[in-house]
Amino acid sequence: MDNPAQLPILPPMTTDCDVIILGGGLNGPPLALALAQAGLSVTVIDALPQAIRADDAFDGRAYALALASQRLLAAVGVWPAVAAKAQPILGVRASDGRVGEGPSPFFLDFANGELEEGPMGFMLEDRHLRQAFLAAMGTTPGITQISGDTVVAQETGPGGITVTLASGRTLSARLLAGCDGRASGTARRAGISRSGWGYGQTALVCAIAHEKPHEGIAQQFFTPAGPLAILPLTGNRSAIVWSEREETARAIQALDDEGYLAALRERVGDYLGTLRLEGKRFTYPLNLTLANSFVAERVALVGDAAHGVHPIAGQGLNLGLRDVGALAEVVIEAQRIGEDIGALDVLERYQRWRRFDSTALALGMDTVNRLFSNDNPLLRAARDIGMGTVNAFPGLRRRFIREAAGLTGDLPKLLQGRAI
Amino acid sequence: MSETSVDAAEVAKFEAMAAEWWDPSGKFKPLHEMNPCRLHYITSQIAAEFERNIAEAQPFAGLRILDIGCGGGLLSEPMARLGAEVVGADAAPKNIPVAQIHAEQSGLAIDYRNTTAEALAEAGERFDVVLNMEVVEHVADPAAYLQACHDLLRPGGLMICSTLNRNAKSFAMAIVGAEWVMRWLPKGTHDWQKFITPDELFDLIRRAGLEPLDRKGMVFNPLAWSWSLSDRDLSVNYVTASRRPG
Repeated sequence: MDNPAQLPILPPMTTDCDVIILGGGLNGPPLALALAQAGLSVTVIDALPQAIRADDAFDGRAYALALASQRLLAAVGVWPAVAAKAQPILGVRASDGRVGEGPSPFFLDFANGELEEGPMGFMLEDRHLRQAFLAAMGTTPGITQISGDTVVAQETGPGGITVTLASGRTLSARLLAGCDGRASGTARRAGISRSGWGYGQTALVCAIAHEKPHEGIAQQFFTPAGPLAILPLTGNRSAIVWSEREETARAIQALDDEGYLAALRERVGDYLGTLRLEGKRFTYPLNLTLANSFVAERVALVGDAAHGVHPIAGQGLNLGLRDVGALAEVVIEAQRIGEDIGALDVLERYQRWRRFDSTALALGMDTVNRLFSNDNPLLRAARDIGMGTVNAFPGLRRRFIREAAGLTGDLPKLLQGRAI
Repeated sequence: MSETSVDAAEVAKFEAMAAEWWDPSGKFKPLHEMNPCRLHYITSQIAAEFERNIAEAQPFAGLRILDIGCGGGLLSEPMARLGAEVVGADAAPKNIPVAQIHAEQSGLAIDYRNTTAEALAEAGERFDVVLNMEVVEHVADPAAYLQACHDLLRPGGLMICSTLNRNAKSFAMAIVGAEWVMRWLPKGTHDWQKFITPDELFDLIRRAGLEPLDRKGMVFNPLAWSWSLSDRDLSVNYVTASRRPG
């Protein structure tokens, strides 16, 4: 009974790393950086080879980063690499418009000076963000990257989770973070079902160069077919996110560049002068998909894998980064008090923190879309009056601006720009 | 009990018991809910006393820690994960193989023993930290028990001791609430007469030759459904830190 055993001072490593992150897109890398900077060992798996993910050509995709998201990028050390390439959003104008009629006289007009923290957000091109993530992961100790391989199986055991890759390799960790998008294989393999529905709408996405400056103002027109956003990029360029009914979108996408631009010009009006396409044209069918649980034993879902939302107001990326901040904080705090970071009771803290917020936002965006994608004259009058009302009251306006900047709710430390 | 004397059916039984101990929504749910709060206190006190940075890997490396009344290892495992050399002691023989099996599954080396604080002290074992959590209210002679805890500490060593206060509120919460109404704990788990007020505990600690350093309340918030530390509210659950001088 009394055998002062020859105990090793360090416990044996039984898993290959602390955390496996599946998906090296927009949520996986900042999560990997936050965890590795706190001393955890992380392996990031992505299906695409690094050369493709680091491609320098502008493909037309860009993101509206809320101020809180920018702070997270700063906290994980990525912001300096992209700061000079980001366009500050100095104001937001939302108005109700009909093709050929132009915007209604009532519109929401938010200016930058109304938020003491600085610009309410930034527009950042996909290529710059991806390159900065890859570069930061490459120089951060504790991060191993596996590119061009996919996970074909995962198995949860009492001490860890093991994934099998298409290449035949197996890897184990205490926790698997599924950052693998709205068709998340991580969720499916963990037996997590999803709820969701389509909208019968498709988003047309492209970037344009224009004659006149945008002055850093983001415009959102609510048209009967769906919202159209014109978001400022650096120089005289803007990103377009334009929702139309499925069949209209298909017809517009089938047009040649000239025809496409003509259709766009009809909706945008002429305040930007002449327009020219930059990069590729994309289409995304709009649908809402929510995982019925964000966690399982040794599994956590992040970003679109947990909640794919309608891209109104560009909240998808910002919601995902809130997940990243919350999961990193929960995991690092658990690690520091010696808890098992993959245990269900630890992961449930993350779920409690994020689930209500993201589901409420997903459903809120859905309501906004249903309300605005409508040509009923009564509804149209009501929302014109509603917008005018919000615009007239400083308190309401402030709430809207702070909400858009991502500064409301129970913010994870990283989104306040603080270390964990 | 040596491992070779345990047959396969026994192992299966112990595995099932380990799973039960570690199921956060199972029989030991109240303990799991309270555990992060206890761990926050324990880790911050150890880090302060031994000048360790909990943001570093294996911050408790080189420290020898005793967990008295270790049960399934809910405190022993976190201490081992933080790098400490851990001895888990439990007077109930059936808890030892259960805790051992779970530690092996978790890849942790922990020395679990079916013994008591008094027996370990008598055998001359010494530790940097003694965890004495929710035990003192169950022992027959608290003064003798705390003397053994003192003897188990190296000079400069730290004892963390938590227990339940004795007043009308603790009777309502811990006996009526937890045992009779919520059924969180089996009836008869606690004998309210044996609960100790913080002043009585500090008095016992001093008489055992230890120097009290700190005391905090552990308060359950039913809205957030979680436990947190409190500087002011020690009315039901509370936790203390004390040091062996030298």
